[in-house]
Amino acid sequence: MAAVKKLINDPQTVVAESLEGFGAAHPDVVAIHSDPWFVTRAGGATAGKVGLVSGGGSGHEPLHGGFVGVGMLDAAVPGAMFTSPTPDQIAPALQAADAGAGVLAIVKNYTGDVLNFEMAAEVADDTSVRTVVVNDDVAVEDSLYTAGRRGVAGTVAVEKIAGAAAERGDDLDAVVAVAEKVIANVRSMGVALTACTVPHAGKPSFDLPDDEIEIGIGIHGEPGRRRIPLAGADEITEMLLTPVADDLGLTGGEKVLLFVNGMGGTPASELYVVYRRARALLEERGVEVTRSLVGNYVTSLEMQGASVTVLRLDDELTALWDAPVHTTALRW
Amino acid sequence: MTLDVAWAIGWVRLSAQTVTEHRQELIELDRQIGDGDHGENLFRGFSAVIAKLDALPAEPADIGEVLKLVATTLMSTVGGAAGPLYGTAYLRAAKATGVAQLDSQGVVALLEAALEGIVARGKATTGEKTMVDAWTPATEAAVAAADGGASPAEVLVAAADAARVGAEATIPLVATKGRASYLGERSAGHLDPGARSTELILRAAAQAAA
Repeated sequence: MAAVKKLINDPQTVVAESLEGFGAAHPDVVAIHSDPWFVTRAGGATAGKVGLVSGGGSGHEPLHGGFVGVGMLDAAVPGAMFTSPTPDQIAPALQAADAGAGVLAIVKNYTGDVLNFEMAAEVADDTSVRTVVVNDDVAVEDSLYTAGRRGVAGTVAVEKIAGAAAERGDDLDAVVAVAEKVIANVRSMGVALTACTVPHAGKPSFDLPDDEIEIGIGIHGEPGRRRIPLAGADEITEMLLTPVADDLGLTGGEKVLLFVNGMGGTPASELYVVYRRARALLEERGVEVTRSLVGNYVTSLEMQGASVTVLRLDDELTALWDAPVHTTALRW
Repeated sequence: MTLDVAWAIGWVRLSAQTVTEHRQELIELDRQIGDGDHGENLFRGFSAVIAKLDALPAEPADIGEVLKLVATTLMSTVGGAAGPLYGTAYLRAAKATGVAQLDSQGVVALLEAALEGIVARGKATTGEKTMVDAWTPATEAAVAAADGGASPAEVLVAAADAARVGAEATIPLVATKGRASYLGERSAGHLDPGARSTELILRAAAQAAA
């Protein structure tokens, strides 16, 4: 198989060079720290505010660095491609985000992320660190037989809403409670039309025939739960939305945020085709879509595909979602 | 016969060498049931270990000091699940071996401490298709060999041989811990990359003692 074309200089330097460019492009929003690598707000932590830190492997941009800024994260820690950051990176980021009111670490449920954040919290024991683990992916059964449901696109909602709670002055207990409330009410499921290629691997993360798709993928190019023939967008959307809505137990009259996320290689036009069908399916259930987000926010490099995320909303979560945010990837 | 700090340094260098030689194989194993970074991450980690070892102003005083250097370097360079797991293993092993010379029971203590560290950090048990499936039989074989009067080098050969059998026994298993667990039944039929890297690293330990 021919090597996949990449717009890079060297697989070993792609993460560092990308961070350098990111910082140079957005000095009004973020500051880049090297040795070890982490991203903070341009102005640093806000005195008296609960700090929010997230992190994970690179290759999911704009997650997480793109969500650093007023109303969302205080710091983000990028690992190598699809590889959790290390404790010696996470610990200084936790400390940088601590402005006296404690820190909330938002961790996606992947074994590596959970273990490295756990070790970092042990190392940085001079700060008051609480951790929430996002596990919105309904493709994985949450059972004794798995490492638990993965954390995927629902992480954006957790970071946005908990960030708004911290920004309005909630204390650490209250911010944790809001984050847990989002986690309890957000579910996602994704599909891949193509695999993606990690720069150092040089070939696709899995082999997928031209006429087949993977249902139930995560965000690291890992294969999904099952492989099926390519179908129309409406049919695929139904396969994603139905388990999400069923798992949430959505009933008529409820209000939700509908988030269609692209995996990096799918055009916005196709994401809106998915959104159209997902919204119709929710409306058929009597569920009212009161907030929406469509775009590439939690990606898997250049993978073609999408995920559908639904967050059950109440007045509090809606108000926090609507609160001002100023990051490179999300702002209103 | 006992093992000294020169053995520990030799183990580290041979580990780096074998991880480099098997980098693509580990990437490919991980690509099949994980996310394809295991070979790259261990290569990056052990390369950093060698760089740190070469930069030391003086030779480490004891085996524990070498193992601690490996632990802290892997923790800060590997990432993923393997970084904390191997890092904790070497850290526990370092604490169990702060001595100049290791006899056969000392080797057993090192391996048992490493396994305890991995289990404490990753909370996996045998049969879940993880590196524990190589470490556990390796440690059991080391205990049996040491109790039977084997030399430290023979204890390490027994451990490496058992790790190989244990790693190969992961092939039919359905993963229930780690990233491969997301595949459910589809994880069966593949060698676990963490069990394979465990086998390689324990083989390096035996070769360094030969």
